[in-house]
Amino acid sequence: MKEKNVKIVNKLGLHARPASLIVQTAMGFSSNIYIIKDEIKADAKSIMGILMLAAACGTELKIQTEGPDEEQALEKMAEVFNNGFGEEI
Amino acid sequence: MKQNNIILNGIAASSGIAIGKVFILEEDDFLVVKKEIKSSQIKQELNRLKDAMAKTKTELEENQKELNKVLGENYAKIADAHLLILNDPLIKSEVEKIINTGINAEYALHTVVENLSKTFDLMDNDYFRERKHDLLDVAKKVMRNLFGKQRKTLMDLEENSVVIAKTLTPADTVTMKEAMIKGFVTEIGGKTSHTAFVAQSLEIPAVVGLKGIIHQVKQGMPIIVDGNLGLVILDPSKETIENYKREYEIQISNKKELEKFKDLPAVSLDGREVVLGANIENPEEVRSALRHGANAIGLYRSEFMYMSRKTMPTEEEHYQNYSSVAKKMMPYEVIIRTVDLGGDKIARLGLMDIGREANPFMGLRAIRFCLKYPEIFKIQLKGILRAAVHGKIKIMYPMISRISEIKEANKILEQAKEELRREGKKFKEDIEVGVMIEVPSAAIITDLIAKEVDFLSIGTNDLIQYTMAVDRVNSDVAHLYSPMHPAILRLLKNIIDSAHLAGTDVGMCGEMAGDPAYTIVLLGLGLDEFSMSAAQIPKVKKIIRSVSKSDAKDLVEQLLRCSSMQEIDITMKKFKYKQNLF
Repeated sequence: MKEKNVKIVNKLGLHARPASLIVQTAMGFSSNIYIIKDEIKADAKSIMGILMLAAACGTELKIQTEGPDEEQALEKMAEVFNNGFGEEI
Repeated sequence: MKQNNIILNGIAASSGIAIGKVFILEEDDFLVVKKEIKSSQIKQELNRLKDAMAKTKTELEENQKELNKVLGENYAKIADAHLLILNDPLIKSEVEKIINTGINAEYALHTVVENLSKTFDLMDNDYFRERKHDLLDVAKKVMRNLFGKQRKTLMDLEENSVVIAKTLTPADTVTMKEAMIKGFVTEIGGKTSHTAFVAQSLEIPAVVGLKGIIHQVKQGMPIIVDGNLGLVILDPSKETIENYKREYEIQISNKKELEKFKDLPAVSLDGREVVLGANIENPEEVRSALRHGANAIGLYRSEFMYMSRKTMPTEEEHYQNYSSVAKKMMPYEVIIRTVDLGGDKIARLGLMDIGREANPFMGLRAIRFCLKYPEIFKIQLKGILRAAVHGKIKIMYPMISRISEIKEANKILEQAKEELRREGKKFKEDIEVGVMIEVPSAAIITDLIAKEVDFLSIGTNDLIQYTMAVDRVNSDVAHLYSPMHPAILRLLKNIIDSAHLAGTDVGMCGEMAGDPAYTIVLLGLGLDEFSMSAAQIPKVKKIIRSVSKSDAKDLVEQLLRCSSMQEIDITMKKFKYKQNLF
């Protein structure tokens, strides 16, 4: 199992478009991928789960990956977050 | 036939005016009943769910293509989100779990969606809370396919139709544009719903959040949608229709006028140029300010920074916020008013525990609050000082009533600089500092204040209220609030003349500055900068460009000799008549 802390840097936070991007990215890996905020653990392949996190700009989250491609998955997911989902920061 | 002229108040979701006839888009009412399924039929029930979802998927994909074609890729992303909701493993597995216990697919779906939407309702962010409707949209589509029903389409639409529906999907909105719909009203939705965004981009006037409207209208009933004010008028009277037709035309011509004046300078016929700025309260408004031709931000109300949050904003947040505004406004200047909150407001926001005040307007607010809690004040000042590196930022203290307050505030400003120096952070050393003139005591000693500061800005809302002892919100006395009262005119003259004598520029950021009715008087008084809500800029600019400063000055001299409001009114009318200004 691998873990990494990330921060939401785009202005609008985890709204529908970034959530879609996260799910689409996560779908590309066979590992289980979770996004964790405080006590809540969301399946990164579930858009409802991601939206339920209601993560605004500045929120700190943890990415957790587990499976055959956990290393690549973690790296790619962190990159998506750190780029601010390609949105205005 | 007698008209009822029923006026309903909703949420303005997309601006503009639509006059037309009601077209009710029926909501498919699904009656979801809980049914027991025999264990031998569970597999069949699971397949029914699978089929309905597959069918919905095809529909959504078609939708996405359509959205892409009409609105471009960004909006098609909305349909993307819908597809992901449909494929969401969380939803699917939960629904299947319930079906496996021997419950019918409809009820299982209904239960899962209800539970999820309850979680959304608990969120304290409007944006996320409204995402519930995306979920419900998708669930409705699946439900329809489970039931095998088709929704009535927008095919039967006539020209001039105003659509009334419980809720509309973004795809519905696109269809409406193609069908030349005038506007729409929905029972559900908010300002940031996807449907509202699409309506704004397509410029379809819309009012949302009007619960129960479907039961109040009849097919073909005349209706007006006022997307500016969020009003819906059912069965409007002739006069109402005429009024709205006029407003509609004014809007069209204003739009053209706005374009025309945007890049022209605000200069009078005899060459006096003034600065027209915008009042804003968050960085998003900069775009609108520039679009309306603002040459400054004459008032940045920093209170926004303290709203809808549970802790005080940090220095970094202040810095980020102000520098983004300053950068976007370059080469123009931005005046940031330090926080103008009252103690009661801060307590209500839950930021600090301060007791209630009997008379907050005359209590611990604005600079008084900041001087009492210098550490809070310093955090904001440090943010401003750092942001000033990235643009032309000036600091303005609100509610100054005596010289010592300016000196004390400046002392804290120096401490803020000292701290930044120690921390090795970059900041603007010689930042300009000004004050608001909004308390009568400050207005009377403007000559003394002007020597202490780099600029002044008149806050007319409070100045008039304090001078005349009138609360504008109290309908029993509101009529006594008069910007053209001889006392106010003399006070304004004293402020502007004293400031100029000391070589200091004076601006105005109260509502009076943006009201075209007072533009000539303010020009005649010698005001240097007018700051107002962005939409007023073209109107004020038009007037400035149509008179000469010397005529305006003559008018002011006449007005200052008037002894009653009535006399002032007549003098103004005569002037406008003579100048052909209406």
